[in-house]
Amino acid sequence: MEKFTKLTGIAAPLRMINVDTDIIIPKQFLKTVKRTGLGVSAFYNIRYNEDGSAKEDFSLNKTAYQKASILITGENFGCGSSREHAPWAILDMGFKCIIAPSFADIFYNNSFKNGILPIELPQDQVDQLMQSAEDNPEATIEIDLENQKITRGNEMSFDFDIDPFRKHCLMNGLDDIGLTLEKKAHIAEFETSDKQKRSWLYE
Amino acid sequence: MTENYTQPRTLFQKIWDDHVIHTDDNGTSLIWIDRHLVHEVTSPQAFEGLRMANRKVYHLEGTLAVCDHNVPTTSDRGEGIKEEESRIQVETLYQNCADFSVKLFDMMDKRQGIVHIIGPEQGFTQPGMTIVCGDSHTSTHGAFGALAFGIGTSEVEHVLATQTLIQKPAKTMRITVNGTLPDGVTAKDMILAIIGEIGTAGGTGYVLEYAGEAVQSLSMEGRMTMCNMSIEAGARAGLIAPDQTTFDYIKDRPMAPKDGAEFDKAVKYWKTLKSDKGATYDKEVILDAKDIAPTVTWGTTPEDVMPITGSVPAPSDFDDEAKQQSVTRMLDYMGLAAGTRLQDITLDKIFIGSCTNGRIEDLRAVAAVVAGKKIAENIKLAMIVPGSGLVKEQAEQEGIADILMKAGFDWREPGCSMCLGMNPDQLEPGERCASTSNRNFEGRQGRGGRTHLMSPAMAAAAAITGKLTDIREL
Ligand code: SF4
Repeated sequence: MEKFTKLTGIAAPLRMINVDTDIIIPKQFLKTVKRTGLGVSAFYNIRYNEDGSAKEDFSLNKTAYQKASILITGENFGCGSSREHAPWAILDMGFKCIIAPSFADIFYNNSFKNGILPIELPQDQVDQLMQSAEDNPEATIEIDLENQKITRGNEMSFDFDIDPFRKHCLMNGLDDIGLTLEKKAHIAEFETSDKQKRSWLYE
Repeated sequence: MTENYTQPRTLFQKIWDDHVIHTDDNGTSLIWIDRHLVHEVTSPQAFEGLRMANRKVYHLEGTLAVCDHNVPTTSDRGEGIKEEESRIQVETLYQNCADFSVKLFDMMDKRQGIVHIIGPEQGFTQPGMTIVCGDSHTSTHGAFGALAFGIGTSEVEHVLATQTLIQKPAKTMRITVNGTLPDGVTAKDMILAIIGEIGTAGGTGYVLEYAGEAVQSLSMEGRMTMCNMSIEAGARAGLIAPDQTTFDYIKDRPMAPKDGAEFDKAVKYWKTLKSDKGATYDKEVILDAKDIAPTVTWGTTPEDVMPITGSVPAPSDFDDEAKQQSVTRMLDYMGLAAGTRLQDITLDKIFIGSCTNGRIEDLRAVAAVVAGKKIAENIKLAMIVPGSGLVKEQAEQEGIADILMKAGFDWREPGCSMCLGMNPDQLEPGERCASTSNRNFEGRQGRGGRTHLMSPAMAAAAAITGKLTDIREL
C-alpha cells in the first residue's frame, strides 16, 4: 500500500447527503474480478445521461474538478453495502481523501484499507470547505496527516481527529495481514484454550 | 480458562471477550473469527491477494462458499450463465474454491441459496460465534446470538489468511419492543418502524440488541428478518439472545454439534449468552408493539417509512434543510406527489424473496394471503424467489408452490435475484415494485426502478389488489 503523509490537491464538492454505495458504484460494475478500472463507472447513474454522455449539472463532471484528489460531501457518506468496489472506484477516479460530517462504518474502514483518508469534520467546517471549493475551484487544499491539519491557503485551517493506529498504518503504508501474522503465537495460544472451552467447534 | 468478570456484561461484551486474542495499547484488538461465509462478488480480489502473497486459507473448517448474487433464477440455469461477466465471476469462485480447498455449494447443489439463508439452514451459524462475510447483511446471523457483521474484500483476504480480524469494540444499543404485535403486523414491520424511529445512521458505531416480549416471541425466521435489516439503521450487527427457540432450530442441522454430549455441552454454553442483570448499554430505545402498524417505505432510504394508513409526506414536513432537499429528490425519483394516500399507489411488479424474507415462513405467509385468489391485472410480473434450494423443496412439498403458481406467481430458482438485480431480474425504468427485500435505494432493483419495502403478507396483498394495501382490510 502507498504511504500517505501529505496531500495537496484540488477539492471537488458533492453536495448530497446519504450517498449510498449503489450511487457510488452501481451493481452492474461489481462483476469485475479486479480492483482497478472502476473510476470511469463511479457515480454512473447520476454522472451520465442515458446515451452515455456526461451530465453537465453533475459537479464532478465540471472541468475544474477533473484533477481533484479530495472529495467534499454530506453526512452518512458510503452507507449501504460492504462492497469495497466503492472505495476502489473513488480511488480510481483519483480521490485520495474524502471530507464529510460523517461516514458509514464499513465504508470508513474500507477506505483506510485502500490508502484513502476519510476525514470527519463538524458540519459548519465542511460547509465552509464545500462553499470555497464551489466558489474557487482552482485553489488547493493541503492535508497534513502527521499534524492532523487541513489548510486552505490562509483562508481556513482545521484540525481533525484520527485513530492513532490507522494513522500509523497509513503513514507507513502497512498491510494488515503482515501485522497480524506477527502475532502468530498469540493466535495459536487462543486456539488451544478455545478448543477446551468450545470443543464442539473443532470436531 | 475461567475468567472472573466482576461487572455485569452485555451479550455483545460476552461474545467479544470470548474472542479477543490480543489487545494493543491503543485499544485495537485482534479477534478470532469462527465462521466465514464467502460469495462470488466480494471474494475474487481476496483470493487473488492470497495467491500473490503465496498464502493459504488458514481454517478451512470455518469457511463455506456459495454463489448467489449472479445466478439466474430461471429453470434453465443448468445450461449455464449466459451473461459473460456473471459467468466469469461465478466460475472464478469455483476455481478459487478448488484451488484453496474451500467447501462450496455450487449453482446446481440443492443446498445452494442466498449466503445468509444457507448458513443458518445448515447449522453453520450458532450462538456465541463471530461470523463474517463480505456482505453487509451478515447481520442476519445475529438472530442466533452470534456477533455477525459484513466486511470488505481486504478483510475477506485477512480472514482467509489468518481467521482473525482487527477490530475495536462497538458501542451497544438495546432496543426493547414491549407487548405483543397486533394482527397483520410482522417482524418486518417492526424493524421498518425501528429504522423509521432511529434513522439510517442512528445505529452507526453500535451493535443493536433487540429485546422485549415482541422480539422473544418471534420465530427464528422473524428474528433473522429483524437482524438482517440492522445494517439499514447503520449498525453493523444486530443481536438477539439465544433461547429454547434457537436451540430447537439448530438441533439436528447438518453442521450443528452432533446430538448427545457435545450438543449438551454447547447448549450449556449458549445458555450463558444473555446480558447480565444490570449490564449497561450506551443507548436504550423502547417501543410498544401496539403502536406498530403494517409499514411500507415511500422514499429511497429505508428510514422513509410510513404506516400503510398514511400519505406521502411533503418536504416541508421535515425540519432539517438537507432532508428537505433529499425528500424533494426522492419524491421526484419515486414519481410520487406529496399528500397521495399510500393505498392509492398502484404497482407494476411484486418481488418476494431475498435474505430478509426468502425463508419458508415468509412463503407460507404469502400463500396464506393469496390462496384461491388471482394476482391483479395490472401486475406485469409477480416473482417468488426462494432463499435456498432447500426452502424451495420444502415449499413444493408443503403444496405452497402450487398455491402460489395458481395465483399467478412466477416460481423461481434460489438466489439474490431482484433484491439487487445483478442477474437479469430487474425493474425497468419507472416501474414500481412491492418488494420484501431490504433496500429501496435509487436504482437498486434496476435503473429508474421504484421500490416499496414491506412484509411478505403486505406484498402478497398488494399482488392481489395491484396497489399498496392494508393487509388488515383484505
Ligand atoms: S438477497 Fe439481497 S441483500 Fe441479501 S445477500 Fe443477496 S443481494 Fe444482498
